[in-house]
Amino acid sequence: MPWELKSDRPIYTQLIEQIELLIFSGVYPPGAKLPSVRDLAQDAAVNPNTMQRALAKLEEDGLIITHRTSGRSVTEDASIIKKAKTELAQEQVSTFLEKMRLMGFEQKETVEIINGIVGGIKI
Amino acid sequence: MSIILECNNLTKKFGNKAALSSLHLQLERGRIVGLLGPNGSGKTTLIKLANQLLTPTAGDILITGKKPGVETKKIVSYLPERTYLNDWMRVQQIIEFFSDFYVDFNKEKAYEMLRSLNINPDDRLKTMSKGTKEKVQLILVMSREAQLYLLDEPIGGVDPAARDYILKTILSNYNENATVLISTHLISDIENILDYVVFINQGQIVLTSSVDDIRKEKGKSVDALFREVFKC
Repeated sequence: MPWELKSDRPIYTQLIEQIELLIFSGVYPPGAKLPSVRDLAQDAAVNPNTMQRALAKLEEDGLIITHRTSGRSVTEDASIIKKAKTELAQEQVSTFLEKMRLMGFEQKETVEIINGIVGGIKI
Repeated sequence: MSIILECNNLTKKFGNKAALSSLHLQLERGRIVGLLGPNGSGKTTLIKLANQLLTPTAGDILITGKKPGVETKKIVSYLPERTYLNDWMRVQQIIEFFSDFYVDFNKEKAYEMLRSLNINPDDRLKTMSKGTKEKVQLILVMSREAQLYLLDEPIGGVDPAARDYILKTILSNYNENATVLISTHLISDIENILDYVVFINQGQIVLTSSVDDIRKEKGKSVDALFREVFKC
């Protein structure tokens, strides 16, 4: 799996986002076991302590569960995943709307454009 | 929190010129640390002091609380800036040599890395390119199960693909007990694997910070910050 890390933002935040995407997109479905910190760190070519911190944050958010003896897994609670996923979507849409506003579009116009495109795809 | 390397008021003068002046530094175990600074800032002097190749003019440098000597060399694996190996030797012979010399040398690991980098153990050093020699040297250093690795410019002469492999090797060797100190100019290549960076200039520490703190506070990479701080 390719990890894309940009150089101007904290590595830790980017790791969190990318692991979240892996969970949301179903690469790691609910209940799936995650690779070890060491393997994940090696795969992403990042410091193991940084990976450890990212996983700790995901655990705090409830997306990941640490088992005392058998490593980490994705939560089986689909509602937690859904909630985090929705929040991410809201963030993305807000950013997009802000960009459109800067381009001089009213929200209504933006929605019309979206509908037009979505409609186009359906046909 | 256990300290593996400690410098107190460390000073080294060459004649009138101070290479290091009153330097203070503490490195914990389980860290990968970048020692970054412009040419002539004192990086190599610091690493040589830690290996007893130089002695301090004042102050001290301690490894697990001991001054550099026989005991510390058992736990420190050092990659010097220049090769000291005999040209006529075959890689295989050098591996035997290292394995006689250091109890913590892991031969299997060495042969495995040689295989990954397509280096023939029967080859003599003198038949090898500069980059291949550097790879051999680094393999020897990383094949020890040491507690402190001091790597002086480990990736300068090798191609980008080998560089990636070497960084992976450093990561795969990582353990909570060992610290790796890497001095280099190739910051953008290594900054993702570092816990901390130490900026050194004119023999003094000018900044110690985690990579993520720099990115968070300055909104730029360590590489970009270095270029800004040490702008000529």
